[in-house]
Amino acid sequence: MRLSAQTRAAAIGLARERVEDLRFLKGRGHYIDDVILDGMLHGVVLRSPVAHARIKSIDTSAVLAMPGVKAVFTARDLGETVLIPLRAASLPGYERSFLQPPFAVDKVRYVGEPVAFVVADTPYRAEDALERIEVDYEPLPAVTDWASANRDSVLHDHAGTNVASSYRVTRGDPSVVAGADYVRSERLRCHRHSGVPLETRGLVAQWDAAQQRLRVWGAAKVAFANRRILAGMIGLPETAIDLIEVDIGGGFGVRGEFYPEDFIVPFAARALERPVKWIEDRREHLMATNHAREVDCELQIACRADGTILALSGSIFVDLGAYVRTNGSMAPSNTAAFLPGPYRIPHFACDVNVFTSNKTPIGSFRGPGRFEANFFRERMIDIAARDLGIDPVEMRRRNLLTAQEMPYDPGALIPNSATSPYDSGDYALALSGVIAASEWDRLHALSGRIVDGWHHGVGVACFVESGGAGPRECTRLRLADDGTIDLYTGCSTLGQGHETSFAQICADALGIAPEAVRVFHGSTTDLAEGFGTYGGRAAVMGGSAILDAARAFIEQARPLAVGLFGSPNEELVWRDGAFFSADGMRQTNLAELAGAARMNGRVLDVEGAFNNTKLTYSYGANVAHVAVDIKTGRVKVLGYWAVEDVGRMINPLIVHGQMIGGIVQGLGGTFFDEFIYDEDGQLLNASLADYLLPTASDFPSINCISLEHARSTTNPLGVKAAGEGGIVAVAATVANAVSAALAPLGVGINTLPITPVRIWRAAQESMTTTATSGSQGN
Amino acid sequence: MKPAPFDYLRVHSIDEAIAALAEHDDAVILAGGQSLVPMLNFRLASPGLLIDINRISDLARIGVTPDGLTLGALVRWHELESSTVVARHNPLLQYAVRHIAHYQIRNRGTVGGSSAHADPAAEFPAVALACDAIFSLRSARGTRTVTAADFFRGALETALEPGEMLVAIQFPAWPVRRGWGFEEFARRAGDFALAGAIVLLDYDADGVCADASLVSFGAGDRALRLTRAEECLRGIRLTVGALTEAARIAAEDCEPKSDMHAPAEYRSALLETLMLRALNAAAAPDRRTVA
Amino acid sequence: MTSITVQVNGRAESHDVEPRLTFADFLRHTLRLTGTHVGCEHGVCGACTVLVDGKAVRSCLMFAVQADGCEVVTVEGLAPDGELSPLQQAFRRHHALQCGFCTPGMLITAQALIDSEPDLTEERVRDVLSGNICRCTGYVPIVAAVLDAAASGDRKR
Ligand SMILES: Cc1cc2nc3c(=O)[nH]c(=O)nc-3n(C[C@H](O)[C@H](O)[C@H](O)COP(=O)(O)OP(=O)(O)OC[C@H]3O[C@@H](n4cnc5c(N)ncnc54)[C@H](O)[C@@H]3O)c2cc1C
Ligand code: FES
Ligand code: FES
Repeated sequence: MRLSAQTRAAAIGLARERVEDLRFLKGRGHYIDDVILDGMLHGVVLRSPVAHARIKSIDTSAVLAMPGVKAVFTARDLGETVLIPLRAASLPGYERSFLQPPFAVDKVRYVGEPVAFVVADTPYRAEDALERIEVDYEPLPAVTDWASANRDSVLHDHAGTNVASSYRVTRGDPSVVAGADYVRSERLRCHRHSGVPLETRGLVAQWDAAQQRLRVWGAAKVAFANRRILAGMIGLPETAIDLIEVDIGGGFGVRGEFYPEDFIVPFAARALERPVKWIEDRREHLMATNHAREVDCELQIACRADGTILALSGSIFVDLGAYVRTNGSMAPSNTAAFLPGPYRIPHFACDVNVFTSNKTPIGSFRGPGRFEANFFRERMIDIAARDLGIDPVEMRRRNLLTAQEMPYDPGALIPNSATSPYDSGDYALALSGVIAASEWDRLHALSGRIVDGWHHGVGVACFVESGGAGPRECTRLRLADDGTIDLYTGCSTLGQGHETSFAQICADALGIAPEAVRVFHGSTTDLAEGFGTYGGRAAVMGGSAILDAARAFIEQARPLAVGLFGSPNEELVWRDGAFFSADGMRQTNLAELAGAARMNGRVLDVEGAFNNTKLTYSYGANVAHVAVDIKTGRVKVLGYWAVEDVGRMINPLIVHGQMIGGIVQGLGGTFFDEFIYDEDGQLLNASLADYLLPTASDFPSINCISLEHARSTTNPLGVKAAGEGGIVAVAATVANAVSAALAPLGVGINTLPITPVRIWRAAQESMTTTATSGSQGN
Repeated sequence: MKPAPFDYLRVHSIDEAIAALAEHDDAVILAGGQSLVPMLNFRLASPGLLIDINRISDLARIGVTPDGLTLGALVRWHELESSTVVARHNPLLQYAVRHIAHYQIRNRGTVGGSSAHADPAAEFPAVALACDAIFSLRSARGTRTVTAADFFRGALETALEPGEMLVAIQFPAWPVRRGWGFEEFARRAGDFALAGAIVLLDYDADGVCADASLVSFGAGDRALRLTRAEECLRGIRLTVGALTEAARIAAEDCEPKSDMHAPAEYRSALLETLMLRALNAAAAPDRRTVA
Repeated sequence: MTSITVQVNGRAESHDVEPRLTFADFLRHTLRLTGTHVGCEHGVCGACTVLVDGKAVRSCLMFAVQADGCEVVTVEGLAPDGELSPLQQAFRRHHALQCGFCTPGMLITAQALIDSEPDLTEERVRDVLSGNICRCTGYVPIVAAVLDAAASGDRKR
């Protein structure tokens, strides 16, 4: 094919208003609870009210006689025990099996664990029935944290230990801190919180007995993987199952993994031969959907007097909750792997310790491991900078990897995964950008000062953020009769606007207008193969697959065009969505090609794929300016600035939106969101009145700049992940800012969340102890 | 999260309401529903009958007499928020109401519901207590009045007897020389406060503090009048020292509780801070109602 | 069962309902007006906000029986078919929605605010919207959209 310049203006890079907005704004979205099927029944889950107990008996006899109740299911109805497998790469030790069955078998291990499922004609009546199921629990001591007194109470008897995994990763030789002028150790802690999308989870399942086909609506994130899991658990071929994506009210990593209900609901629908709907309520959501981020850390930093970091080493202690869920390896392994971050740290080691506890299992939440690791590392750097009397920005500049060092191999830091070098970037550029945007010098002069009773502080943090790698992602392009394109992608969309951005990619690949592309996503019905959306992979993987499909599309269309032109020897050129004769005088467009295909009894329908084992690495830096009232413990975030290089923006409007949204979500995770358990393993705040999420009045001043400086070298689009960069450095930045504000009191923030009580107490302690120097913990 | 079954009765008069209350011992009144309905949805309550008083127009009036301001039990937050009458006759009340919950909730929630619900951190009961408001209760047995101090008994506990409903709350006239302060601390706008402080300072013609009313809320299991602290302000010319001392005593007496949101020692320290700020506001010349 | 008649988006709807049916469920499942969303069912998230007799209220904290005789506007009633209201257009322009789940509640609340208060400040908009949770956008574009729509002379929906 001869190359020819497109004359149409590029669609990639346009801040195009979103296509999906039209239906959402008019209330015409179609979310899972909007799915209504004939004869549909409603299921509700009976959940364990206790954290750890043996189930002595379950009596459901009173329930079936209740009005409207059709059935009740428990573990016994499943026959032999089925377990939900791990989807992501495993960790050493996980082979002892800490996997979760759909219904608790013999034992419950966290408050909220499914015990039974009642199906009735309305959700109201199903809930009425829940109250009548009698379960006899024999309580066992609850293990509520890894260091707890009850650590001898073993959750998984067959494993014989609560240590789910323990391993060490290293690079260089961290024991050699020769030449270190300065060594310091700290304990830090990130708390348990999660994504909490505004729409709770939900599923509708339908069993077609005649066709022996199972249809499940409500897929999100990884429909194809979940189909494989479901097929294996329920004993059907994958091809007999459709997982169908509808609109999704936010995912943030927690929605769309395979949960107990993803088996229970289809199982019930098949058993009853009636469609069954299950909509998680908010209370359930807070105790049933993956938690995240609970990790303690002991870290040691070794530097030269000039601030050059020589080594970083330590241990992390991850509270996994009761089971290893589908991606239960991601948070621990990523926390360790991202500890060195964007810096040249020659010697690094981390002991990773993962413990089971009688709490809700954890999974990935936006920026898994990064939010935590950035907080740990960036605090250490600030502490060291302060001790060494070096400006925190300068300290970072001195240690950031340079553009000349790219690609940079961070080493093998994740078990069972290939290493993946940092692809490209000028990390100092992002830091300089945020320093300029925030007018750092002006703010820095204020840092540590008191104005009208408010202690001002400014903090900075840098990050590198991986995204977008395999497994293979697929795209299918189908030419509609009117000459427009139907694009089917294996990626799901959970608010990211793929219907808009993927159309832009396809438009440029074919030289047509984005309006001429309709995007369908996330359902296993559209494509033979696909994977899904997580870890910022959609644009990278799904987007690159579009380029491949577009190439295949043009080649398949060529014979049709040749037929239309009637001159087999002529060299046809594809440009602006049409084939042109070599002299450019004659052309045939997509509508004509569609007509020709129809005449030949064909449809132009092609697939493309993209496979990539290498990650993209976006990077950036954030600055926060805070004011602290030590009397009440209130922190006001007066300004927040973020710069991130995403390589290339498909749609700046969307990239920008992801960034702001991520930052505010991160501010929530820094100040508010927290699952609070008591010593018996009861979740105390299973309502949105007590589990606090940020609101419109909390964080008014957020400023973001997205750069397109260093394209990724791992994919033909040159894009990098853009969905997680907003959130990952927030706790780090804010903790540094608050610590800077309170530095004159000798107070540093090493524990999240940053609550009024925590600040007040730290200030209190520093004022009552005489020896304040160097007191950092709280 | 769906409520258990109940019967529903819409009433159009107070008499109808109290007759229904007398007849059904598992009935509860449904006012704005902003506290009751969440409890029903969580199945923390499952009454047999809901008596919906929302259409009793007599209950929704704001009245002004020389004796003060009378609020029907069904007066909603948004009416207080925007009422010029309330601004004039009880600026503290209006200011406090703006801290209650959120826009949509203020469109529904009522003074009667908030009082009967008696959340320890609710603003309205605390204002009523500070202002010595009088609560009118009706039942098939007749009408009685109780003071705010007697009405609020504890967390979610009031003087309401079975079969009784709250019909009105009367706020005594706002004195001519009065300063006021209101401070609360909540994690986010609209949340129930971790602690709050209300101050009324009445001066005589010479600028001596003739009377003081100090209330804490959210700190303990109900709003409290902090009488020891009030006592040390009466009859003196206010000084920084006196205000500081009053705040300190107030914190000692506020009976703070510990819960998942905050430990008692934080709450009492917070209350001291808020009380001092409220006292300073009340003592500041621009917060005195009439110069 | 109680029989009720409610004016919803200008149409009279008569149905027999169980007293315990929440108004949100009535709109969504009885009338199949699924634009109104449910995010918590305990009055915190604001996704279920609708206008009842002109006032923005939480439909999860009302029962359908209570709406008998009321006039109700849901997101489906904000603009004539096929068009976007000025507020909806501003939301699109500012990318004030991602997953769209909070959007109906945001639009209803913001429209009520714009219709009832002339001079909106950013602070006021933020305060009023603090009763509506959005997990995606960080609120910045939502606040900008509301201020933009309020400032454009054409405030009618
Ligand atoms: C998210 C959220 C945040 C909130 N934040 C705050 C806040 O910050 N501050 C605050 O003060 N409140 C807050 N509230 C509560 C709100 O103010 C309620 O409106 C109020 O507490 C109850 O008023 P209501 O009219 O809604 O009562 P309902 O919910 O209808 O009733 C509450 C109780 O009072 C009884 N009752 C009602 N009226 C009468 C009567 N006339 N006589 C006898 N009994 C009666 C009912 O039977 C019920 O037991 C919040 C609510 C929510 C959902
Ligand atoms: S669903 Fe009504 S406020 Fe959340
Ligand atoms: S757009 Fe997703 S919750 Fe607001």
